[in-house]
Amino acid sequence: MFRHKLGLVLLGATLVTTACRQDMHNQPRYKPFAATDFFGDGRSERPTIRDTVARGQLRIDEARFTGKVNGKDIDYFPIQITQADVKRGQERFNIYCSPCHGRLGNGHGMVVSRGLRQPPNYLDPRLVNAPIGHFFDVMTNGFGAMYSYASRVAPDDRWRIAAYIRALQLSQDAPPQVAEQYGAKVGGGPAGGMK
Amino acid sequence: MAQLFRPASNTIAKVSLAAIVLLLGSTLAVAYIMDRGHWTTGVQQAPEQPIMFSHKHHVKDDGIDCRYCHTGVETSHYAGLPPTETCMTCHSQIWNNVNITQPIRDSWSSGKSIAWTRVHDLPDFVYFNHSIHINKGIGCSTCHGQVDEMPLMFKVNTLNMNWCINCHRDPSRYIRPKSEVFNIDYVYPSNQAELGRQLVKEYHVQSLTDCVTCHR
Repeated sequence: MFRHKLGLVLLGATLVTTACRQDMHNQPRYKPFAATDFFGDGRSERPTIRDTVARGQLRIDEARFTGKVNGKDIDYFPIQITQADVKRGQERFNIYCSPCHGRLGNGHGMVVSRGLRQPPNYLDPRLVNAPIGHFFDVMTNGFGAMYSYASRVAPDDRWRIAAYIRALQLSQDAPPQVAEQYGAKVGGGPAGGMK
Repeated sequence: MAQLFRPASNTIAKVSLAAIVLLLGSTLAVAYIMDRGHWTTGVQQAPEQPIMFSHKHHVKDDGIDCRYCHTGVETSHYAGLPPTETCMTCHSQIWNNVNITQPIRDSWSSGKSIAWTRVHDLPDFVYFNHSIHINKGIGCSTCHGQVDEMPLMFKVNTLNMNWCINCHRDPSRYIRPKSEVFNIDYVYPSNQAELGRQLVKEYHVQSLTDCVTCHR
């Protein structure tokens, strides 16, 4: 019967050794967003202390980071916008804006069809004539039913999205002969991402 | 002198031999199941969450891009979990009076975080960076599977070391064009061997298999 005992010991040893492997898997350190009982709000990630500026986060250029100068929306881009920036703007627009505004900016996004309040068409004369800083301000601070996207889209990307909104306004309102001439050349389709 | 072995000894000897083989086999089987089974690795098992959040609904039905919520995935080691504000962007207006979204409103009004259960929980001795994988042509679905088919989130891969190493030894088998990284329906083309090698060269992907690549 010794062999049976050996088997049992082996089995027991296996059970014990496979069960104790979590020691080094869960070390006493915090992963991103891990909970803690050390702080009252239960968060191990601490909010930035008021009036502190992280390295590379100094934002004294009022036009670039608020879209305003002296409280008025600016009517120029505070960063250089190249074709690559407009492409990047298109990609960011399709990620963050198109769920409500639609890929054409006409306000017929998927989430609107689910019951969210319909946003205005970018071809609305109010928006066609709005200074570019207005779009930056809306993305930064929200507008009407729209929440702020400041925590989701970096400031320079907001300018690139604003540039793409201008491109949408121009392309969606292009005279037929222009559309005919450039339509095929410009081509369609999203810049990457989901279909 | 009496017989040392009675006739029954033959049977006992045979049964003992069979028992040894069976016991060894079953011990190994139990060990394997305990180490690699879904019960241990958590594969295919959706843990209980504070909200019955459906990726299937948000990704497939609504067509929302991964990055709408997981904003850090291109720039950070951690993909990022959306703050309650992101949920409220839509759910302040739609489905804003049903029980299933109540924890969102509770969190919004109290300022307390929603305590999600981590599904992809790497061991603490592993260093992993999302952004480098995303920026070198490894798609979301390569590791996370068809998230758009998951009403409740579960993982499809063990995240065991042999699984990581499998790709690190030859990334050309899993790499895809950067433009397709977030395409959840991406299907590897029939010329993947050729395309993979080409992309690995183009993106300067190295086959990093040093211990210190992940354990640092």
